[in-house]
Amino acid sequence: MAQSLAKEFTKGLWTELPPFRLVLGLCPVLAVTKSVENGIGMGVATTFVLVCSNLLVSLLRNIIPAKVRIACFIVIIATFVTIVELLMQAYAYPLFLKLGIFIPLIVVNCIVLGRSEAFASKNGPIMSVADGLGIGIGFTLSLGALGAVREFLGNGTLTIWEGLPVFSMGPDFLPFRFMLEAPGAFVGLGLMLFLMNLIPQK
Amino acid sequence: MSDLFVLAISCIFINNILLAQFLGQCPFLGTSKKMETAVGMSMAVVFVLVMSGIITWIVDVYLLKALDIEYLRTVAFILVIASLVQFVEMFLKKSIPALYAGLGIFLPLITTNCAVMGVCLININEEYTFLQAVIASFAYAIGFGLALILFAGVRERVDLGRVPKPLQDTSIGLVTAGIIALTFMSFKGMV
Repeated sequence: MAQSLAKEFTKGLWTELPPFRLVLGLCPVLAVTKSVENGIGMGVATTFVLVCSNLLVSLLRNIIPAKVRIACFIVIIATFVTIVELLMQAYAYPLFLKLGIFIPLIVVNCIVLGRSEAFASKNGPIMSVADGLGIGIGFTLSLGALGAVREFLGNGTLTIWEGLPVFSMGPDFLPFRFMLEAPGAFVGLGLMLFLMNLIPQK
Repeated sequence: MSDLFVLAISCIFINNILLAQFLGQCPFLGTSKKMETAVGMSMAVVFVLVMSGIITWIVDVYLLKALDIEYLRTVAFILVIASLVQFVEMFLKKSIPALYAGLGIFLPLITTNCAVMGVCLININEEYTFLQAVIASFAYAIGFGLALILFAGVRERVDLGRVPKPLQDTSIGLVTAGIIALTFMSFKGMV
């Protein structure tokens, strides 16, 4: 039991690492990774929705009729997204403004619906939470990593939280602005995927 | 009138939904391997986006704002889009089977296409009037089709080249998309 639980948790961190291995939910990955802070904020919001919706879907899996299951999943997910929206407006308003419409758009993030359909609707609540947590943390780390690459090359800094520059290259650094613009997001993600493919899979 | 024209141009080229706003990336990478599927997807998106843009605008103004329940916007919009897609699918199957066969599997996929939901939310956030919302929805959809079909064309050619194994498929696709996005950046400052 404990072993399979650990397996469900860790698969999201490498073998099924969402944006790279599954190539799902790319919109927020490309759009909000201008800085580490935005990337991690988006990742945490998605993880919350993923864990909560996985839990609820898994608890209700025997009650939801198979024919209307997708619609039910979407309503469950939309409810949690609304909760996240309201929580962020109350406690993390600057971040909420930066992420903009990508917070309500977690509803249509394929990863969340994909986990409900592929995993939570077939497994028990504890396993589903482990799965959601694993995938969510993998997603957060990927967003943070891409955010770090883009922020470092494009701005010469690495910021973990508002107004707290953990690392800065100083004024002599010539920023590579391309990385902060739209094309930089595509090229950055493409090259990161390339580096991951270089590592042989078991 | 010229304002609407400027709005349309900026929605198609400058704020292109795929290459500048990053909405609808899943179909962008998923259906762009063949020209045929790219054209099918673009047509389905134009169709659904314009209709859902109109309906969500009406729902927002006459239902959510009127009843002061705007916090339900996310739930309401996704329900409208999901049921609209279902309805369109059933309608086309019965009355225009040729178009249904053409759009085929792309219709149900559109429910989770964030381009549709995204444009509906942008229309509300920008506080567009009804006419502006219609024009913007249509122009965004055209921009989606334009970028997707261009990208599919380039990708078909890239497939013929000898790409190193780790770079194949999605990886080279993303880099290609980056270069196309770079060309679209040159439209900035046009309006």
